[in-house]
Amino acid sequence: MTQKVLVSGNPRLWNRSVGRYPYCPGCQHPLMERLLAEVIDELGIEDRAIGVTGVGCHARLCMPLDIDVVQVIHGRAADAATGIKHALDGKPIVFTIQGDGDCASIGSEGFLGASHRCERISIFMLNNTNYGTTGGQMGPTTLMGQKTTSTPEGRTESHGYPLHVPELVATMRGVCYAARGALTTAAQYQQTKKFIRKALKRQMDDVGMTFVEVLVACPANWRLKPVESLKWIQEEVIKEFPLGEFKDVDRT
Amino acid sequence: MERVFIQGNEAVGEAALTAGCHAFFGYPITPQNETFEWFAQKFPKMGRAFVQAQSEVGAINMVYGAAATGKRVITSTSGPGWGLMQEGIANLCAAELPCVIVLVQRGGTPGAPSVQHAQADYLSATRGGGGSGYRNIVLAPASVQETYDLVQLAFYLADKYRNPVVILSDALIGHLMEPLELRELKFDSLPEKEWAVRGKGQQNDKIRRYVTFAAVVQGREPYPTMMSFAKHWYDKVEKMKSEVRVEMTRMDDCKLWVVAYGYTARVSKEAVNEARAQGSKVGFICPITLWPFPEKAISEAIEKGAEKFLVIEDNIDGQMIEDVRNASQGKAEVHHLGLFARHLPTPAGMILPHTVFEEMKRLL
Repeated sequence: MTQKVLVSGNPRLWNRSVGRYPYCPGCQHPLMERLLAEVIDELGIEDRAIGVTGVGCHARLCMPLDIDVVQVIHGRAADAATGIKHALDGKPIVFTIQGDGDCASIGSEGFLGASHRCERISIFMLNNTNYGTTGGQMGPTTLMGQKTTSTPEGRTESHGYPLHVPELVATMRGVCYAARGALTTAAQYQQTKKFIRKALKRQMDDVGMTFVEVLVACPANWRLKPVESLKWIQEEVIKEFPLGEFKDVDRT
Repeated sequence: MERVFIQGNEAVGEAALTAGCHAFFGYPITPQNETFEWFAQKFPKMGRAFVQAQSEVGAINMVYGAAATGKRVITSTSGPGWGLMQEGIANLCAAELPCVIVLVQRGGTPGAPSVQHAQADYLSATRGGGGSGYRNIVLAPASVQETYDLVQLAFYLADKYRNPVVILSDALIGHLMEPLELRELKFDSLPEKEWAVRGKGQQNDKIRRYVTFAAVVQGREPYPTMMSFAKHWYDKVEKMKSEVRVEMTRMDDCKLWVVAYGYTARVSKEAVNEARAQGSKVGFICPITLWPFPEKAISEAIEKGAEKFLVIEDNIDGQMIEDVRNASQGKAEVHHLGLFARHLPTPAGMILPHTVFEEMKRLL
């Protein structure tokens, strides 16, 4: 089978004229929109893909994607995705887009429940190390020493430590794929795209739960220029959150 | 017609099956476990969905996802689990997603914590505990047959109004075993759920669907502005208010009327019949819909000469009594007979017919 690869222009399924454009300058969420639009097209699943978003900057990420979408409240995307998958008898390909706060803090029982029940869904967590929508408070993935509006002196031991979700779910039998990517270079974009494609492919093969974390820049709340933000991911964030695959098995 | 001998909690499952329900999501909690286990045993074998969620928070949001696909979906819980579901129920209302939620009441009010019967969730069920303001139709069965019939009605009303519908049962009605006629109720036809997500390829028009609780924020059709959605919401709630159902046995010149729902309605009915047999004129109102509350039944009783209402509900300080008081508008005395009238001072204590009878005698 020949694989369709977009050479130039916008992906077919990425309709950016839908809705208001909600992102800050330098935000990498639109890049994730583009990546998903490409992968869904390449896998030929636009007719049965259903995206689920929670609440946060990621909430409108599925808006411009030309697929069926469900939005649920903060932290509950994994549960809603589970309901969709079962109600439609396992036929659709269901993925969630969640932020680090939405997935790993308020939604932690949701992703852990889906992981141990071996739900055939894919969770894509965008990690920008803070709560972007509400103005940049500490998130579960905030780096040690990182200043946020709720850690004005920087995150210390008294706030606890950054949470590594792909590494965590990789230990669970119900999870067949866990990886972390970033989007600061073209090479990283291609690598992340490979991770997302693999996660969806594993779901199409009905293997188990799949999880991909993607490191994304948040210049507005990091108080950095867009290019500085990318550099900060490369030099600091990746040190805490290494890129790569943590689990990749074809049966649970 | 097939007749079976089962308990109220199992009748929920039979009714869901009759109504074409496709999915159940829930979490174990006493005293509704027979419902949960009924679905666990039956649904997977029938190619329908049963998922034991990690919590009631998970269960109600699985219901949200399943309801978004247009399939009929149900969950069941009791007081503490009901508390956890509030956020999800508010969200289901906001997204206008239909579902049925069964709340089998148990003790748990301050001072009377138990997994046995009580009627302490009336206010929470009829007012809602989630944020942002919403309304649910609440149906209260007083027998196994009514449980079966009202769950079918709940599915119909949920689809009709695109809104969750609550069945307010209790541990006694849930565990009561009675003969049940498995009769399928007929309702008016409903429009296709053209709004549901199925995967774009499954849509007749091949156009994507977007289910969200934030339709207003996004300024999309059919409600491009906050006010257009607010108007739609107001009109819908007004229509829901017309779904009043009440069982009212009237007698002319009744000065005293008993008002009760659920297990205390069964108990009260016996007491009222006994009083009538002895020549006392006592009226009886059994609300089937707790929201919308049958206010007209109360005002009608007052027009017929009611001077006193006796509200029988098994809780400490009275909950439905607020609705009765509100509907009577100060034109009649409103009395409460509750948990302190139980025949035993324990979680197993019940309000028995002769206690209701004695109270009626006292008020007559």
